Amino acid sequence: MEEIANLFHGFAVVIEPFNLMLMLVGILLGVIIGVLPGLGGANGVAILLPLTFSMSPTSAIIMLSCIYWGALFGGAITSILFNIPGEPWSVATTFDGHPMAQKGRAGEALTAAFTSSFVGALFAVIMITLVAPLVAAFALRFGPAEKFGVYFLAFCSFIGMSKEPAFKTVAAMMIGFALAAVGLDQMTGQLRLTFGSEYLLTGFDFLIAVIGLFGIGEILLTMEEGLSFKGRTAVISPRVVLETWAELPRYWITSLRSCIIGCWMGVTPAGATPASFMSYGLAKRMSKTGHKFGTGEIEGVVAPETAAHAAGTSALLPMLSLGVPGSPTAAVLLGGLLIWGLQPGPMLFVEQKEFVWGLIASMYLGNVAGLLVVLTCVPLFAAILRIPFSIIAPIILVFCAIGAYTVHNSTFDVMLMLVFGVLGYLMKKCNYPMAPMVLAIVLGDKAEEAFRQSLLTSQGSLSIFWSNGLVGTIMALGLIVLLWPLIQSGWSRVFRPAAA
Amino acid sequence: MTHLDLRSCSRVAALGLAAAFMASMPSAAQAAWEPTRPVEFIVPAGTGGGADQMARTIQGIISKHNLMKQPMVVINKAGGAGGEGFLDVKNSKGNPQKIIITLSNLFTTPLATGIPFNWKDLTPVAMLALDEFILWVNAEKPYKTAKDFIEAAKQANGSFKIAGTGSKQEDQIITEAIQKATGAKFIYIPQGGGGAVAVQLVGNHVDATVNNPIEAVSHWRGGKLRPLCVFDSKPVEYHEKITPDGQTWADVPACKAQGLNVEYLMLRGVFMPGGASNDQVQYYVDLFKKVRETPEWKDFMRSGAFNTTFMSGDQFKDWIAKEEKRHEELMKAAGFLEKK
Repeated sequence: MEEIANLFHGFAVVIEPFNLMLMLVGILLGVIIGVLPGLGGANGVAILLPLTFSMSPTSAIIMLSCIYWGALFGGAITSILFNIPGEPWSVATTFDGHPMAQKGRAGEALTAAFTSSFVGALFAVIMITLVAPLVAAFALRFGPAEKFGVYFLAFCSFIGMSKEPAFKTVAAMMIGFALAAVGLDQMTGQLRLTFGSEYLLTGFDFLIAVIGLFGIGEILLTMEEGLSFKGRTAVISPRVVLETWAELPRYWITSLRSCIIGCWMGVTPAGATPASFMSYGLAKRMSKTGHKFGTGEIEGVVAPETAAHAAGTSALLPMLSLGVPGSPTAAVLLGGLLIWGLQPGPMLFVEQKEFVWGLIASMYLGNVAGLLVVLTCVPLFAAILRIPFSIIAPIILVFCAIGAYTVHNSTFDVMLMLVFGVLGYLMKKCNYPMAPMVLAIVLGDKAEEAFRQSLLTSQGSLSIFWSNGLVGTIMALGLIVLLWPLIQSGWSRVFRPAAA
Repeated sequence: MTHLDLRSCSRVAALGLAAAFMASMPSAAQAAWEPTRPVEFIVPAGTGGGADQMARTIQGIISKHNLMKQPMVVINKAGGAGGEGFLDVKNSKGNPQKIIITLSNLFTTPLATGIPFNWKDLTPVAMLALDEFILWVNAEKPYKTAKDFIEAAKQANGSFKIAGTGSKQEDQIITEAIQKATGAKFIYIPQGGGGAVAVQLVGNHVDATVNNPIEAVSHWRGGKLRPLCVFDSKPVEYHEKITPDGQTWADVPACKAQGLNVEYLMLRGVFMPGGASNDQVQYYVDLFKKVRETPEWKDFMRSGAFNTTFMSGDQFKDWIAKEEKRHEELMKAAGFLEKK
């Protein structure tokens, strides 16, 4: 096969000492960037982009994409250890990852997260290697209506997922939608809900909300519980990696499902965030131990991490073949391609073979290198939890404040973070789930945009959401997932008595 | 509708340059101003967009060729259609270590949103280039000229769709101008970014776009899109082969020559906060002149088929004032002004 021959040529390009060194540097920088809340992969890559102008395009993209992999790996670390997701797609990892850390199983959670990330990425790279042209054609079929269908499915897979009443989930989601509506209305170009304030121009950034809701809220709760952090009793042995690996193959169905969801979301391009949430939601529905999700199930870490990484990796495909970035970081990389004089698009695969296949080969090697780097550090990361909470809490607070500040370089955001912290604490106390709210803040405006674009196209008719097989299937799936609890209870009411 | 007359501009430019040269002679003898801290380069748009690419290219060129002693830091402030960035620079009055790159949202954002900002709050430094706009259709469609397309749009009776970047910004202004000039009606569908707009057209979800050259060129080369005409007074002067069958940018006719009387070019310029001294402005003008001489910049201009007009000083100010008036008229006619 031609692809395989090209790929091996790509490996030959990557395995130059200089490129290998760049790869390691990239991974390490990426992990650091991923760990610091606020300084996400997109910012990190943007800051380092000018450094690469003096390199060859292939070396430059290898380094930058390795920063990207590193940041994807790193995002899981703070989510699990401190319940602070550094990136939107790490939110779902906190649901089970953090409870595991609290039970003293941080090492296992980290190993599971890193390994799943690797599996997801590998699956996506293999897909890119073999079926890139087909996938690009599929992505072209996604107009506004199809995009809205995907967001709709992501939201629906969340309702009825929480242990709390579905109405609490809906309420939290609606608050999220309201917050997402603040700022500029993309469709009319006018400002909404800013009340003339300059600070509200930018709307509520997801990162600030999440740092506050999760990070600060968590610290407030732990303080109330008497400054004890259960994780510190954990016994950490280097063997934890091998022990976890022995357990992971059991979840292969979840893994495979998450890989497929991830690739689909990454290519369309809805992105890693809906992928991670959708995958978590479906795993909870379909797993035998689904009712225990949220209390520290390893499967609940595997599902979102696999999907997020599969999506993050496959997001590079539409960028290369169509020039549309599937994620914010991919958008910055796209800018880089243009600066290096490479024109992303259908011709890139034809005219710049060395570059494209070098990049794909670096995806394979970069992920292996990344996995090795982060896995060797698992005991080290897990050991952080042994530091007494009274020492680590102020450090986390400082990092949260820096993270919130760096989003827009504004002190107003630091205050906002504290307000969200109090809100997070209150929501936890009243048993309102925070994840639907976060999901709505991240995807609310995008979903709204897609919805209104669709209606503009159809001149106001809702039938556009059933106008072809693709969008119709996605919408039907969404409705089934939304109404599943009702269907389930209706089913048992009709058939159980008969059986008994 | 007023037009940009580039020929008279270049005549004024020659005079302006001569004047600037004479004015700069005595000041060169004195100790010229230089930044003493890292320079913040504000981008009032998101990462990955056209303005962001240009800013980061400039940053790369400056550091590669050591054109400045202090480092340059690019900061995106995209909120409120760039309003966040403009207000930030407005509030940094007297800070010479801050510059901002602008696009047409310099005019459109304050008009559409009513935020308290006008370009007069800033100190104009220089025009770096002008971005062209091209009318694109899907290559599967039968239209070969702008005339064919407009006729088909009239036949379709208002059901043709044009996708563009953002709302009440340049793409929608051009769409409005086309409607006004031809009487054909279109549905305008706002999208997030130029790349997404082009893909909507490739996927046949809309009928046309007015993408910048750089946003759609790869699909043209891939045989998916067809450029019909460029919204400029004459074809673009780039004769390098673009498509496999040997077409060049210069082969794309001006819209005017095809009976579509619409012209629009987008400013890519640099501004400083208000209250900057002449020395400080001159420092940046000289800096950008050096940037323009580098091969990297020339490549960048060629890849995006930019119009490389350069202006500074009073000539630039006059140009901005004229453009502001034109945008106000265009947006008023289209009903895009913020309702008080």
